Amino acid sequence: MTAIDSGQTSGLATLRRGLRLTPEFRRGISGTLLLALVATVGRIVVPVAVQQTLDRGLRPHGGPDIGFIRTAVLVCGAAVIVTAVAAYRMNVRLYRTSESGLAALRVRAFRHVHDLSMLTQSAERRGGLVSRVTTDVDQISQFMQYGGLMIIVAGGQLVMASALMVIYSWPLALLVWAVFAPLAFALRFFQRWLSKAYGAARERVGDMLSAVSESVVGAPVIRAYGAEERTARRIGESVDAYRDAQTHAQRLVALTYPSTELASAIATAAVVVAGTELGIGGHLTTGRLVAFLFLVTLFVSPLQVATEVLNDAQNAIAGWRRVLGVLDATPDVADPGPEGLELPRGAIEVRFDEVSFAYPGGPTVLHGVSADIAPGSRVAVVGETGSGKTTFAKLLTRLMDPSSGRVLIDGVPLTEIRFSSLRERIVMVPQDGFLFDAGLADNIRYGRPAATDEDIVLALTELGLADWLQGLPEGLRTPVGQRGESLSAGERQLVALARAYLADPDLLVLDEATSAVDPATEVRLQRALEGITRGRTAISIAHRLSTAEAAGEVLVFDHGRIVQRGPHAALVEEPGRYAELYASWAAQLDR
Amino acid sequence: MRENVTSDILRKGLRILGVAVRAEPRLFTAAVISSGLYAAMTVGSAWVLGRVTQDVVLPAFRDGHTTAGVLALGSVAIVGVAALKALGIAGRRLYAGMMQYNLQATYRRAVTRQYLRLPLAWHHHHPTGQLLSNANADVEAAWAPIAPLPMATGVVLMLLIAAIEILATDVMVAIVGFLVFPAVAGLNVVYQRRLAPIAARAQQLRADVSEVAHESFDGALVVKTLGREASETERFAGVAGELRDANVAVGRVRGLFDPVLEALPNLGVLAVLLVGSIRMRSGAMSAGDLVHIAYLFTLLAFPIRALGWVLAEVPRSVVGWDRVRGVLDAAGSLPYGETTLDGGGAAHLEVRDVRFAYTGDDVLHDVAFTAEPGRTIAVVGPTGSGKSTLTNLLVRLVDPASGDVLFDGVDVRDVERGGLARTTAVVPQQTYLFDDTVRGNVTLGLDVPDEDVWEALRLAQADGFVSALDGGLSTRVGERGATLSGGQRQRLALARALVRRPRLLVLDDATSSVDPQVEARILNGLRDSEATVVVVAYRKATIEMADEVVYIEHGRVAGQGPHEQLLDGSEGYRNLVTAYERDENEEAVA
Repeated sequence: MTAIDSGQTSGLATLRRGLRLTPEFRRGISGTLLLALVATVGRIVVPVAVQQTLDRGLRPHGGPDIGFIRTAVLVCGAAVIVTAVAAYRMNVRLYRTSESGLAALRVRAFRHVHDLSMLTQSAERRGGLVSRVTTDVDQISQFMQYGGLMIIVAGGQLVMASALMVIYSWPLALLVWAVFAPLAFALRFFQRWLSKAYGAARERVGDMLSAVSESVVGAPVIRAYGAEERTARRIGESVDAYRDAQTHAQRLVALTYPSTELASAIATAAVVVAGTELGIGGHLTTGRLVAFLFLVTLFVSPLQVATEVLNDAQNAIAGWRRVLGVLDATPDVADPGPEGLELPRGAIEVRFDEVSFAYPGGPTVLHGVSADIAPGSRVAVVGETGSGKTTFAKLLTRLMDPSSGRVLIDGVPLTEIRFSSLRERIVMVPQDGFLFDAGLADNIRYGRPAATDEDIVLALTELGLADWLQGLPEGLRTPVGQRGESLSAGERQLVALARAYLADPDLLVLDEATSAVDPATEVRLQRALEGITRGRTAISIAHRLSTAEAAGEVLVFDHGRIVQRGPHAALVEEPGRYAELYASWAAQLDR
Repeated sequence: MRENVTSDILRKGLRILGVAVRAEPRLFTAAVISSGLYAAMTVGSAWVLGRVTQDVVLPAFRDGHTTAGVLALGSVAIVGVAALKALGIAGRRLYAGMMQYNLQATYRRAVTRQYLRLPLAWHHHHPTGQLLSNANADVEAAWAPIAPLPMATGVVLMLLIAAIEILATDVMVAIVGFLVFPAVAGLNVVYQRRLAPIAARAQQLRADVSEVAHESFDGALVVKTLGREASETERFAGVAGELRDANVAVGRVRGLFDPVLEALPNLGVLAVLLVGSIRMRSGAMSAGDLVHIAYLFTLLAFPIRALGWVLAEVPRSVVGWDRVRGVLDAAGSLPYGETTLDGGGAAHLEVRDVRFAYTGDDVLHDVAFTAEPGRTIAVVGPTGSGKSTLTNLLVRLVDPASGDVLFDGVDVRDVERGGLARTTAVVPQQTYLFDDTVRGNVTLGLDVPDEDVWEALRLAQADGFVSALDGGLSTRVGERGATLSGGQRQRLALARALVRRPRLLVLDDATSSVDPQVEARILNGLRDSEATVVVVAYRKATIEMADEVVYIEHGRVAGQGPHEQLLDGSEGYRNLVTAYERDENEEAVA
């Protein structure tokens, strides 16, 4: 089985792979970078204007040269405006390309999750899969919009400011760098502490949310058992733990954030002292010295946001790595695609040829099972819990592939059939009837989107469920709630069955599909199914042996092998596993 | 009209801030004082730089010499002011943060306490997702303006001092300042107002994207078995595209306003240079003054935006607060009486003409039956007939619209708080396990020795798999019991009921995921318990174990009595219970 990797590829490698997989990001990148260059030039306009005014406008004799200063200010003002326009254009382009790229990435990852095999999907926590197409991508988006932008702008600002410093006075430039360099170094450490503290807070928030959800989801149990105080205490503890983690992180922020202010003041003082000495020696003008004071302020904001940006960058890279992890996982039950075969319509013949199966890392649950199921036959699969009957159904519908052996449909290996054809022809109804948060009709229509309301009513009628439908307050419009939880477990199964029936498959596989339905309804359904599946192949996996009695043939599973097969009437007469199962079923019915 | 709405929101926002300040007066004061220090020192640092330029740098350049003392004094002034400013920033961040976190914690506790207090009927009318977001996102939104609030108060102070300072320096330059900074502040308010609704929309769309992904992945098996991957992807691409557009819209606003807000103070500095130079010609200003004011403009450019941040959070805060208040003010409670249930042994249960409706039509109509102490009553009926609702009434999870439930002759509404929880136990159809240990899930805080826990597990046929777990009773079962199978979870829920030795035990189809053989052993074990048992069931073996059957159809009692008697007397009952055998017989005949 493929496992989804979130391994430790380096940040740079992740970035490279990410860019390759998302060509949208690269569109128009050179133009954007050019605009960025123009946008950062504007950052040093003010110090230049100050220097020019002080050195060339304010003449030592004869008062200020207003004409020159006016020209300088106008030129600089124009530069500021050009800069702003460039920054605006750059922003819009960046947002557009990054968001288009991320939306495409999100959708690609989403589709890929559905393409992964059932085993890969269920090995992951649901929330984990969801976060790979939601928060992980949001994190990249947030980084692109804030941190990424900041890196471009602030980075450019630092480079420009440094360049101008070197032009004005390289010794002073060195001095300023000497003051800030240790801070930049320290910020790496700060960032590590902070990221740990934020990580801890994130973990606490998860604990808190799950504790809070107890008071809502578990309300009936809490009420029935008078566990209010205990629950309140548990919630209180997790709420406090989260608050403490937040406070701890904030303390670190409060400690590290102002350090930039101090560094900048030290740099300013150093510039004043050294600059004055240089000036006395005739190596520096007043304007350049004062311009340095302005240039130092340009160092403050990039360094102040550096820890946050680094954090964002780290989260974004981690997020990107997780999203790529999904895209890199190869589906181990793969669709042969357009090269695959198309099955003609008509009743389906199934053949299991020496099929064995073991769950990854687990023991073998099916041992060389061979069976032929004739087209149009009605087969019941019975056996105790863990005997391999559900595995049989999953292999039959290609939710999983056998470890060895082959499954053939109408003589064609299952693996060579195109998924579009396979899913149309073979439909399984699982035990847990999952419904989407929509109306009843939309849920049933899920099996055949083109179906009209009349088709749906007809299907329900054919299944003998017309009475049930009539009893529903809003009929076909009845909302089923999240996961269908507004309906009872039995009703959900009815909907799931109708959904599969409407899809009109040639092979219908029922995996305990009516286990939660009341006996009278179940029997009614069984009969209805008998009628409507005529001409199709039907395989039911059943707990209740009434299903077996109705079937044309019974496959009896025991410890991963088919131990008996034949019609109910014959099997019940011969000593063996089936007779035992039947005896205990009968005892339950009648005691 | 719009103005009214806005000022209304602002008034509400101020009231919320008032609540916050009253709740955390000391932290608020500390944060505001720190912020004031930060504000004063920001303005102060520009002043110091102006003085240093005028009194240290310029004379030195003019005269060609200076003294170490003067340089040292200048340096100390610069670093000293910065140190105080840093202190102010640190204090502001820490105290404002703590204030926000404390408020969040306080209100999260209050909201969840309310969830625990409000009757289940209230819960039934509020979707789970909404309640979770009330306790989380809404509490967070309500207190979101708290973090930038002290900074904003500081900024107001900062602007005041700066205005006085500039005015004192030169009136003409002050005019430039009074043009630029109100423009920055005003533009920022416009910015945040424009941004807030689009940002909120993007936030909502992020939630929508997540909802679609959750649902689609939860239903992955259905999607797969019906081959609907492409249409699901299309559905997801729809919301993802909307989110992209919303994010781009956010970007367009930010992309426009950020550069403009950046450019305005820069243009202000340039204007100061020009105007200041002209003023210098007339001798109204010195070069040091020019540097001072220009530097001050540079320093003020950023903090002034804090005003916008607070204003931006206000509408969201008002909405969040209203939702939180909605929960806190929710009327309705399940009032308890004073009567204690002292008796021992199995309970006497009587249900008298009970009627119940969730919304609209009645789910139960005039249901009545009696369970003598120690008897077992089976409640039988088709899917959706109201059986689960009835069990909820018996243990007073909800109260009937009319009619009474009597426990030992006492109306359950008159029983003291906790009285029923101590004497009755219900095992619902849907098992709920806490993210806790096996022991914690069984005892739910009840003080019982481990032997009793094991005994209950044994009765529930759960001792086998629990002792096979690595940590035994101390094994954590994971969120909602995710690590266990359905049958195992049901058996733990059953043990939870049994460990209390209840006088009334209500089982709502509580063994549906358990193998028939195991179920039989469980039911046999129950025979010896000192309890009156009400059991909702489909299986004939379970039903036959009962002393009496209450048969419910469409919310009415359609038959009542011993199983055999009902088989003869009620056609509906006979049809339901003997469905399998009849099926078999008819097959045989056919």
